[in-house]
Amino acid sequence: MIAEIGHFALLLALALALLQSVAPIWGARRGDAALMGLARPLAGGQFLFIAAAFAMLIALYVRSDYSVANVWQNSHADKPLLYKISGTWGNHEGSMLLWVMILAFFGSLVALFGSNLPVRLRAIVLAVQAWVASAFLVFILATSNPFLRLDPAPGEGQGLNPILQDFALAIHPPLLYAGYVGFSVAFAFAIAALIEGRVDAAWARWVRPWTLLAWAFLTAGIAMGSWWAYYELGWGGWWFWDPVENASFMPWIAGTALLHSAIVMEKREALKIWTILLAILTFSLSLLGTFLVRSGVLTSVHAFATDPARGVFILVLLMLFVGGALSLFAWRAPLLRQGGLFAPVSREGALVINNLFLTTAALTVFVGTLYPLALEALTGQKISVGAPFFNMTFGPLMIPLLALVPFGPMLAWKRGDFLGVAQRLFAVAFAALAVAALFAWLRWGGPVLAPFGIGLAAWVMLGALFELAWRVGAGRAPLGQVVRRLGGLPRSAYGTMLAHFGLGVVVLGIVSVSAWRTEVITVMKPGDSVAVAGRTVTFEGVVPEQGPNYTQTAGVFTAREGDRTVAVLKSAKRVYTVRKQPTTEAGIRSFLSGDLYVVLGDDAEGGAYTVRIYDNPFVTMIWWGAVIMMIGAIFSLSDRRLRVGAPRRAAPAAARVQPAE
Amino acid sequence: MLARLLIALCLALSAGPALAVQPDEVLADPALEARARTISAELRCLVCQNQSIDDSNAPLARDLRVLVRERLSAGASDSEVLSFVVERYGEFVLLKPRFALHTLLLWLVPPLALIAGGLVLWRKRALPAGAAAELSEAEKERLKKLVADD
Repeated sequence: MIAEIGHFALLLALALALLQSVAPIWGARRGDAALMGLARPLAGGQFLFIAAAFAMLIALYVRSDYSVANVWQNSHADKPLLYKISGTWGNHEGSMLLWVMILAFFGSLVALFGSNLPVRLRAIVLAVQAWVASAFLVFILATSNPFLRLDPAPGEGQGLNPILQDFALAIHPPLLYAGYVGFSVAFAFAIAALIEGRVDAAWARWVRPWTLLAWAFLTAGIAMGSWWAYYELGWGGWWFWDPVENASFMPWIAGTALLHSAIVMEKREALKIWTILLAILTFSLSLLGTFLVRSGVLTSVHAFATDPARGVFILVLLMLFVGGALSLFAWRAPLLRQGGLFAPVSREGALVINNLFLTTAALTVFVGTLYPLALEALTGQKISVGAPFFNMTFGPLMIPLLALVPFGPMLAWKRGDFLGVAQRLFAVAFAALAVAALFAWLRWGGPVLAPFGIGLAAWVMLGALFELAWRVGAGRAPLGQVVRRLGGLPRSAYGTMLAHFGLGVVVLGIVSVSAWRTEVITVMKPGDSVAVAGRTVTFEGVVPEQGPNYTQTAGVFTAREGDRTVAVLKSAKRVYTVRKQPTTEAGIRSFLSGDLYVVLGDDAEGGAYTVRIYDNPFVTMIWWGAVIMMIGAIFSLSDRRLRVGAPRRAAPAAARVQPAE
Repeated sequence: MLARLLIALCLALSAGPALAVQPDEVLADPALEARARTISAELRCLVCQNQSIDDSNAPLARDLRVLVRERLSAGASDSEVLSFVVERYGEFVLLKPRFALHTLLLWLVPPLALIAGGLVLWRKRALPAGAAAELSEAEKERLKKLVADD
């Protein structure tokens, strides 16, 4: 019964979404306020029905109802409750339902918080949201229905892949999707602007919070995935330039560019056409990511060809939305008037350079990810494009970008004084060089370029702090005044500072762990000790352990600095009882200077084990940096002008189209 | 996520959760071993999903790692080792494709995009800056008139 309710709720949601696709836009064309007014309740209703369907699916998982094929394939009665619930989206059908639910959620948020939007704009935006929702609801109902029954019902489920039974991975997909799908709002606004043939600074102000929100979620999702890979896959890698990672990274880069260009549009009415294009591209890359991950095309072109139903469906949707949006752009964009002139050296100019590098970076990842697929499809030649390619092409693009980050916020709008800013930043450059020299001295003998990388990280971090200090006149004005000014700064100023500072922290982590990682691979008997980066690690022995749905052999290690025990670590070889699948649990202890990372390997002769021990200096900075960036986004999001600035502009426009009320 | 799953599956299907380079493979000479690791990171584990042989514990990856170390010990240069492996396993094994006709676009698109974008900006640059700084002929005339009227 529950499954049927869920299925029915999805059908109703589709009906509402179809109505929402047509009625508001029809109303906007005819100036019919009643029809346009339908958009808000429809968006809310659509979300409620999808959420109900999703809740039904969760209920089926919690009750372990194996008469439902999806539950039977992906769950097991012995699983802890948390992983029964997260199993709901740990598979294709469930994750597509989550995807469309988040889409509807964003739509309903626009309906809920969009009182300050002009009625026509809001109606069109919600209609465009509904186009995407309808398409994906049809996709789910036609090819990926999670509510299909099995008859007769099997007795026991097949279990969730053990690698997915992990807390970080339980919340990774919802975060990632909230990011991916959140960009649909910016997309809908872009399409609405093109349909209206009119766009202004207020538009940028309305789009900005949605983009920030999506960007913050995507940042969290990507960081979470990277952290999971780091501790779960057992060799301490944190980024693999894997096509699936790239699929989420491309919209992130484009979204970052969009955030920056929207600032120019909001403050100076410039870069309008470019910002609209970026909004379209960002969500297109999200759709592309969904296609890459969900169609199976990445596993191999042939796997895609043998079971093409889902892949072809998403591909058609992809071409429809991307092609349609770009055609609309080509047709309507020339109507949009450009405003705000600026000199090359200016805040706008700096943001344009930012966009140039970020767009090229996104394109690089795009080409690297899709080239092997395209080449094989066209000529049959098989090549691999992996981490070494991306490190060689993406890395160099980031260096000038990072070097320019501290300049951007310091330059004046319209016409900046590059030399003046360079002079002011002289102290920061000096401090960054000092940090680089310090690292070169502390870590003598490492890669030659590494201290420069650290210097670059310090330059970005210190530059962010300096910009804020300079804005409030620290060192020039009396202290009381500085504190008062700090309190008076808009939150977006703190947002910029935090986001740029966090970026520097990420770079610090990446450079340190790439350059100065220590690895010891050895065979140890219980009682053996080995020296790793200034610590002594002793293998104490192994103990068998029993978990709720697995058994494991846990190796116990103690780490000492001199005579002092600083950590006891446990690394386990785990076998999940249902799928008989072995996994490795690394033993990790974070110190201020970095992580000690121990992995128990195979047993050798005489009670000995292969053991891998890593010292990963500053590796956690990669994820802390991402957290800081995200906090920056939240600060910007809470900025006063995004909450109260817009309605004043919107009021007259809203009044004009609502004479009937 | 899916590919990480496949990586994990690849680990699971091969000889258990033990990982990559084994202690018995490591070369005595640290310089040679370091070269072996660098080369290994550029070679694809052919039975895995986007994993280098340095990261994979599949038996085939192990064979390749041993092969790389044998060639290096025999005195081959890095590029000779790579060519040797490519001859045996095809170009698919390289994680960084060679620059050739069929990879032309792959390698050239990023730098060309940057240059093209830069050029577009450079051309656009003169326009707004000039427009803001200089008056048109008509404006100059008007200014002259205004000044003369004073």
